[in-house]
Amino acid sequence: MIPILFFFFAGLAIASALLMVTHKNPVYCAIFLIITFFALAGLYFLLGAQFLSVVQVIIYAGAIMVLFVFVIMLLNLSEEVRLPAGRRLQSGFGIVFAAILGVQLLVIAAAGTRVFGRLSGDTPVSGTVERLGAALFSTYLYPFEIASVLLLTGIVGAIILGSKKLPKEQ
Amino acid sequence: MLHDLMPILLLFAVSAILGVAILILTNLFGPSRPNPVKLSTYESGKIPIGGPRIRFSIRFYIIAMLFVLFDIELVFFYPWAVVYRQYLSLGSFIFWEMILFIGLLLVGYFYAWKKGALEWE
Repeated sequence: MIPILFFFFAGLAIASALLMVTHKNPVYCAIFLIITFFALAGLYFLLGAQFLSVVQVIIYAGAIMVLFVFVIMLLNLSEEVRLPAGRRLQSGFGIVFAAILGVQLLVIAAAGTRVFGRLSGDTPVSGTVERLGAALFSTYLYPFEIASVLLLTGIVGAIILGSKKLPKEQ
Repeated sequence: MLHDLMPILLLFAVSAILGVAILILTNLFGPSRPNPVKLSTYESGKIPIGGPRIRFSIRFYIIAMLFVLFDIELVFFYPWAVVYRQYLSLGSFIFWEMILFIGLLLVGYFYAWKKGALEWE
């Protein structure tokens, strides 16, 4: 059962991610991105990280997507405007950087399997809320407090950047 | 572990299948006789003026960003609330811990308030 679910969610994630990148209408891209986030939440769930899976839906599919949709509306994007053909230099750089990124991903994946072992159907650890809470308020107490400072910085930064008047607007 | 959560999976699966099935079946069996009035945007009886694609104010974006930040704050409450009772037996440390966390974010909240980020000028 778990392998079937894994391949279902993995396939869904890859397919919707590809559709998101290739689709021309930015609003549809946003919807495909939401489907990708849901598929990733399913994968986290299969790995035993239940809390992470729920948070993935709340934060990414909920809050972060609100931001993305706002950006789409702020920029007032309609159909994607294709770059004029014949930009060989840019395409060349694109291919080179994509290849570098691919190699990096493979190296990271290989290192990951070396450290954590291959992905197996059974779940070794259970990421329930109780365990996470216990770890968060004992071992990781300091990072937890630092997180509040980080969020505070984020709030201040968002307000400063957002309320900055451009010279044109005044 | 997965067995206990089978009902949730089933719920998701059934609702997804139901949603897709309704869309496909209405497309297959429903009659399609469009006319300009039917195809126009429904705006609670008002006649639509212009397209929906207008540029939104940047203020929406600040609100959305603040929403994300406070949403992340909220996520930390779940594990805290779950282990609260258990840790309270060791002393009131966990209570003050969260008070400190909320207090720091409250500074951000008051900053946003004072800067007028929550107001609609």
